[in-house]
Amino acid sequence: MSVYVSSVVNADVWFTLNYTRNCSQLRTRTVVSCTAWICGGTAPSGGCRHKLIILRSRSTDVYQNLALEDWIDANVDLQRRGVLLLWRNRPAVVIGRHQNPWTECDLRAMRRVGIPLARRRSGGGTVFHDLGNLNLTFFTSKKAYDRKRNLKVITEALRRVRPGLDVQATDRYDILLNGHYKISGTASRLSRKSSYHHCTLLHSADRSALSAVLRPSCPGIHSNATPSVPSPVANLLDHAPTLQWEELLDGLEQQYSTGTLLLLLASPGSDSTFPGLSRTVAELRSWDWTFGKTPKFSVQTLLDLTDGRSPARSSARLHMEVKNGLMESCELDVPEDWLPRPLSAELMNSLVGERFCPHRAAAAAAALLRTESGERQSRLHNLCDAVVSVMG
Amino acid sequence: CRTSDLSGLCTRPLSHVTGTSRCSAAGRCTLLPVSPDQQRPESCRDLKPVSRGPIVQFKLSDIGEGIMEVTVKEWYVKEGDKVSQFDSICEVQSDKASVTITSRYDGVIRKLYYDVDATALVGKPLVDIETESGSEVIQEEDVVETPAMAREEHTHQEIKGHKTQATPAVRRLAMENNIKLSEVVGTGKDGRILKEDILNFLAKQTGAILPPTPFQEIQTPGPALAPVTKPPPTTPKPVFTGKDVTEPLKGFHKAMVKTMSAALKIPHFGYCDEVDLSRLVALRAELRSVAEGRGVKLSYMPFFIKAASLGLLHFPILNASVDEGCQNITYKASHNIGLAMDTNQGLLVPNVKNVQLLSVFEIAQELNRLQALGSTGQLGTSDLTGGTFTLSNIGSIGGTYAKPVILPPEVAIGALGKIQVSSKLFQDDQSRNMKISVNVLMQFLRESFRSIFSVSSGAFCRSWSSSVQLVTEGLMEEVEMFYYRSLSE
Repeated sequence: MSVYVSSVVNADVWFTLNYTRNCSQLRTRTVVSCTAWICGGTAPSGGCRHKLIILRSRSTDVYQNLALEDWIDANVDLQRRGVLLLWRNRPAVVIGRHQNPWTECDLRAMRRVGIPLARRRSGGGTVFHDLGNLNLTFFTSKKAYDRKRNLKVITEALRRVRPGLDVQATDRYDILLNGHYKISGTASRLSRKSSYHHCTLLHSADRSALSAVLRPSCPGIHSNATPSVPSPVANLLDHAPTLQWEELLDGLEQQYSTGTLLLLLASPGSDSTFPGLSRTVAELRSWDWTFGKTPKFSVQTLLDLTDGRSPARSSARLHMEVKNGLMESCELDVPEDWLPRPLSAELMNSLVGERFCPHRAAAAAAALLRTESGERQSRLHNLCDAVVSVMG
Repeated sequence: CRTSDLSGLCTRPLSHVTGTSRCSAAGRCTLLPVSPDQQRPESCRDLKPVSRGPIVQFKLSDIGEGIMEVTVKEWYVKEGDKVSQFDSICEVQSDKASVTITSRYDGVIRKLYYDVDATALVGKPLVDIETESGSEVIQEEDVVETPAMAREEHTHQEIKGHKTQATPAVRRLAMENNIKLSEVVGTGKDGRILKEDILNFLAKQTGAILPPTPFQEIQTPGPALAPVTKPPPTTPKPVFTGKDVTEPLKGFHKAMVKTMSAALKIPHFGYCDEVDLSRLVALRAELRSVAEGRGVKLSYMPFFIKAASLGLLHFPILNASVDEGCQNITYKASHNIGLAMDTNQGLLVPNVKNVQLLSVFEIAQELNRLQALGSTGQLGTSDLTGGTFTLSNIGSIGGTYAKPVILPPEVAIGALGKIQVSSKLFQDDQSRNMKISVNVLMQFLRESFRSIFSVSSGAFCRSWSSSVQLVTEGLMEEVEMFYYRSLSE
């Protein structure tokens, strides 16, 4: 199987050459401008004749990789060619476009261990990404959008590298191992003329970390957001212990592009190769995208109230409506003998219109607490803490 | 129609489709506009005659894979909005696929057929668009991607020669401001004119001093596991929109109004002093690398905070608080010294707890933690409450004198200015060298109840400055001992 050779244009990307069917060896390295090739622009030898291009991302930053997906979708002419992007991320939780992060994952636990949250542009459920989880994105024109065909690439590749491996794609576009364990989940996005279908492939992910963070941040949330459907999962490595990462990638690449292979390594960090990418990264990191895009939901829960000074206890009913991540309304029903109504009303009043975010609420609460003292202050402090803890 | 200003005058029926109380007559309303100082209802805003072109029913096109129905998840437009071809109209979801539906026509949205979370059917109308009279209704298959029609975000690289390249949105902006595109320098790819270019051109024309963008985004933190090389922080580009923006005070700012009103009611007295910090500057320079070796950034603040705590031991009245009616005064045992921080959210004052028990190094560690949380907007209630005394070094952003406000329920605040080299040059007889003294110009201790408790803020200030010397010397002794110990080992 031969591979394309090119001359040096703009040094930015390593170009891996000369794959043979059974083993991949790096014979020569030539450096090519990635953008020129995949956009079919001013290529040195007059146009890229490859119908299928494979990109491996060198970044392990979830925001950069998601932004790279966006970039390819927007900038590559997918009417004439298809692209397969292979990527993986350092530990991160990725929720679907229309999901609610507060119900899908434990934000407090994630903050404690430094696991970031990202919202992707495609639909579907919540996934935990780490370096043992391979992501594949199949880019095609909207007309050529076919998820079954893409999943067949994966199952055929797996059967090729490990004959006898029982992998099957389901109607829900998952891939099951031994008919029972989910090793791959799917999500996709369709734009005006282009589409992409991405899926995970569990090679050697940390399953304990997964279960620790994929649980709700707080009880009492009612929403119509897309819920995740939990399934038992397994790693490929557990059932095929000799299947190394590189071998898996090679197998998939060869299955995808059975003819001449064009393989590029992409560094999404550089704006010169991918103009406009850093702007997308900033948007994906922003609170307004990650949390503000949550479909509207309501919070109804009972708060346990204590007094720092005495063993007295009480409880309060909390009802909030949250739209675009902002608290549209707050109702707090605190017993009059616990805290005077005007005080709890002031707290609620200061939260209306603010982000449903524990830090914002903490700042507002701290400012309010300055003007109180004594027993009222300690009870108000406890109430504030209880309200803040609902926000993840 | 429940538009409040018209209070029963408008008798058009409600539009049930979007569940709003917006007048369905939108644009055909013949009532006179209300006076400009009243908020005008959106639907009757466009009373100027709109060219009544044909209303096109934009049907939900085939998604592929035999999908017949989808759920509408988000609308990007509402009735009355102007749309251009290829603008996003809504986001729908079908079985793990998220689809962006874009407009096929230029025109005005006249009707939305579905609410959020409703099921939309493929092949059935999604929105009604009133196209401009005389404009062509383009069938989907015939859409030709000519450069002038390409969306701003979808910059296809295969664009062939157009004299002035600009997207319709940019052209509209130029037209609204009477700018000739040929006069604008394009900084986009292939000389394309971007929105920023128009705005820069405008700014140069008017010579306006552009106000900074009001609120920067607080960004979700990157993973703490691996160091991410952050791009150098760029100041936000000022955007001149030319319109007043009114928005209600909410959240933290609303709460601070009450605090500040309370704070300003406290009688304030001030006292100034200068302190010679040359020894501290030298000491910090020495200790900085040691601290960095232990992963701690050492500024001057830990020294000042420790010195303040030492001073408070002598003057516990300044670590007290009074209740609202000034009925009782509580002398607080812990020295929880707050540090005023100017953050994206505004003035936040996290505090270091129990400074009386901490060493300078431990204070520095805690400060690092609070500053990291402050810069990412992550300070919690425990960090922000419980302060007993505050230091403010807002002067460090460039000003020399700051006018701080005492934050209730505290009774005092210390404001520090910038460390400056004073013009006084000292001659040290013993060393026979010219020594330059480094001073801190300070406004220190605005205190309340000075006349009641006869506490001299000057005395505290002197005590504070000698505490700084004490802390400096104390630490220098420790450093010397450390050196001696390591020499003898």
